Amino acid sequence: MEKSLKIAIKELNFFYRDFKALTDISLDVYAHEVTALIGPSGCGKSTMLRCLNRMNDLIPYSRVEGRILLNEQNICDPDVDVVSLRRRIGMVFQKPNPFPKSIFENVAYGMRVNGIKDKAYIAQQVETSIKAAALWDEVKDRIHESALGLSGGQQQRLCIARAMAVKPDVLLMDEPCSALDPIATQKIEELIHQLKKTYTIIIVTHNMQQAARVSDITAFFYLGKLIETDVTDTIFTRPKLKQTEDYITGRFG
Amino acid sequence: MYKNLNRTQKRRKLSQFIMFGFFRVSAAINGIALLIIFYFLVARGWRAITWTFLTQPPMDSMTRGGILPCIIGTVCLSLGAIIAALPIGVASAIYLNEYAFQGRALRIIRLGINNLAGVPSVVFGLFGLAFFVVYLKMGVSILAGALTLGVLTLPVIIGATEEALRAVPETYREASLGLGATKWQTIYRVVLPTALPGILTGGILGLSRAAGETAPIMFTAAVFFTPSLPSSIFDEIMALPYHIYVLATAGTEIEATRHLQYGTALVLIVLVLGLNLMAIIYRARLQKRQ
Amino acid sequence: MEKSSHTGKSRYRTEKIIRITFFCISLASIATLALITIFLFMEGLPIFKEVSVKDFVFGQYWYPTDEPPDFGIFPLIIGSLSVTGVSSLISIPLGVLTALYLAESASASVRQWVKPVVELMAALPSVVIGFFGMVIIAPFLQEVFDVPTGLNLFNASLMLAFMSIPTICSISEDAIFSVPTELKEASLALGATKWETISRVILPASLSGITTAIILGMSRAIGETMVVLMVAGGAAIVPTSLFDPVRPMPASIAAEMAEAPFRGDHYHALFATAVVLFLFTLLFNLAADHISHKYKQVGASTL
Repeated sequence: MEKSLKIAIKELNFFYRDFKALTDISLDVYAHEVTALIGPSGCGKSTMLRCLNRMNDLIPYSRVEGRILLNEQNICDPDVDVVSLRRRIGMVFQKPNPFPKSIFENVAYGMRVNGIKDKAYIAQQVETSIKAAALWDEVKDRIHESALGLSGGQQQRLCIARAMAVKPDVLLMDEPCSALDPIATQKIEELIHQLKKTYTIIIVTHNMQQAARVSDITAFFYLGKLIETDVTDTIFTRPKLKQTEDYITGRFG
Repeated sequence: MYKNLNRTQKRRKLSQFIMFGFFRVSAAINGIALLIIFYFLVARGWRAITWTFLTQPPMDSMTRGGILPCIIGTVCLSLGAIIAALPIGVASAIYLNEYAFQGRALRIIRLGINNLAGVPSVVFGLFGLAFFVVYLKMGVSILAGALTLGVLTLPVIIGATEEALRAVPETYREASLGLGATKWQTIYRVVLPTALPGILTGGILGLSRAAGETAPIMFTAAVFFTPSLPSSIFDEIMALPYHIYVLATAGTEIEATRHLQYGTALVLIVLVLGLNLMAIIYRARLQKRQ
Repeated sequence: MEKSSHTGKSRYRTEKIIRITFFCISLASIATLALITIFLFMEGLPIFKEVSVKDFVFGQYWYPTDEPPDFGIFPLIIGSLSVTGVSSLISIPLGVLTALYLAESASASVRQWVKPVVELMAALPSVVIGFFGMVIIAPFLQEVFDVPTGLNLFNASLMLAFMSIPTICSISEDAIFSVPTELKEASLALGATKWETISRVILPASLSGITTAIILGMSRAIGETMVVLMVAGGAAIVPTSLFDPVRPMPASIAAEMAEAPFRGDHYHALFATAVVLFLFTLLFNLAADHISHKYKQVGASTL
């Protein structure tokens, strides 16, 4: 299958006040692949992820240098409309964070704020998204009940459905399973497999087995630098650098 | 060396016992003081509270009759204050908590709010007199009194609203922004609905604060006696707190109207503390739910 | 994307307008504070055409309705300071100890009951407390201490203490509560008793917060009007004993404003008194603000 370039990160630096959180990151992300960002806590992998939908704009005194090209458009440009950018790049957070609204309203939210008023379209899209998130059978009878009544794993799948309902190009997942039990984690991982047919997925994880299971490409971050990136199988079996090998085999971290 | 350990241990425990005793006694003194106040007001006031007392105007130069105009006056003034202060207070809190970046402007605005909260109530009264009554030519009126009280409750409302906004999990905002909602859409659709109960609690607290204040309305709205109920917001008005003050200090029949003073004080307390209790219970429920 | 009805540019403009609107509204508080200052000065300054600032502030005699009148507010200032001072002798220990009780030693179920008590204390209207001091405490003091009047400095201080305890208590409690648990646990794990942990770790770490609480409590006491109007006795003299009647500034303003001829000397003098009172509370509040910002960091670094 021919690979098409989705996101190209070029010499990216990220500063928080005087602290340089990311140094010279260059990374290519291809469409319909799962790219995993791994590394010890505080290595900058979440910061990297949050650069991709400009979520870091919310942090005061932060600054970005370099370029991130999404479909060849630089999204770091101050002129970029972050609001529509974030519609195109969905995000799933570490902890499930449904709004205190009904299941239906949670999924419909993104469409509503984006100005869609067609009720039939919204209803149909909600159903499609929840089905795509493999949650439909579990919630179809209580779709108008509060989302806070769902289990953690269900909530996280709801958040994925919510992200998909606005039809993004790319899905960012920031340790989406860290707050979940193994069974819920397995369901999300299966879901990721399904979703990569439609989306380009970038996932941050501290769990290396998970990276090995779900991703096609793995990028190893350490102290704000991108140390090594390669096809996942290669990274986990024959890493080129000693540092990567040490981390993967658990000799530090 | 270890021989003494036992004795030291005992001494340390004893000092802890004594200090904790002090803590407990202090807390108890507060509770007892509050109980004493309640006891006297209730024991001496409840007899005065009759249907006539609550539904009739004062009669025979205030020695008999009721306090209806005062109740209506206090309700008008405090509702007016909230109507004026709530929108401004909530909007200020939204700016401070949702939009403003840490910096000098924010620091100055906060300083303004803190200092406004510390202005003595009699100074608010003088300000109301000089600004609303005289300069804006409102005269001694419900409007002038309500606005003066509104200024006074502003910091209360801002504080409560900010607290409510801070309690909204950051993840809600991120989730909404992450879906391509604008900042305002996020505030309007996610943050405000979640914070609404807390904001209402703040409104209730502001209402009770406004209802209990005396000095700010002395020169701006309240009068000793009005022959009829107010018909417009430009009328002078009677109010519960001012009524207590006047009956207790300025009448010729201070002793003869004592039971009316107790009765009025009891009504005011029930009103103010009732509102507060409502807010406290409501808030406790909210916290439990979260 | 095809379903989106907003364009980026119009969205930005709307967002910007909303943001600016909120900013303008948030200036209301500071604008009001400025207006208060302006109007107090505008109505108060004319008195200084009649008396010098020095004679006004340090003048011993306050006879505003005599002919010729005396506008010396020194006894009023001393009246305010004395009731504030005496009341804080009561309110500071009670407030801080109650805060420690709530934050560190009370069980959760007791705390659940005591906290509302403190909040209800704060909510009691000042006129009711003044009334209580007048009709219950004053006769009691008169009898027990055999003094000519129960309406005096001591009674007013007692009532003011009652009013400032909730302020001191709740702000102190916040400060004590915000000391990181790790610090407490570290101390307890080393074998310190709870009280040792409080005195050596928690109190030093929350000292700035408690200081702020005390200053704000005193600010509340000096500005409180109805209580001193009703129970302080009203004599414009420098007190020599705890049971002398006094006339603090707020009492003087509240009592005389109604009778002062509009924009006469007396009227201006009362506004000038309010300026002095306002400056006192401003000073207290700025000091509290300064302390709470300067030592904002609570934790290991403040120990």
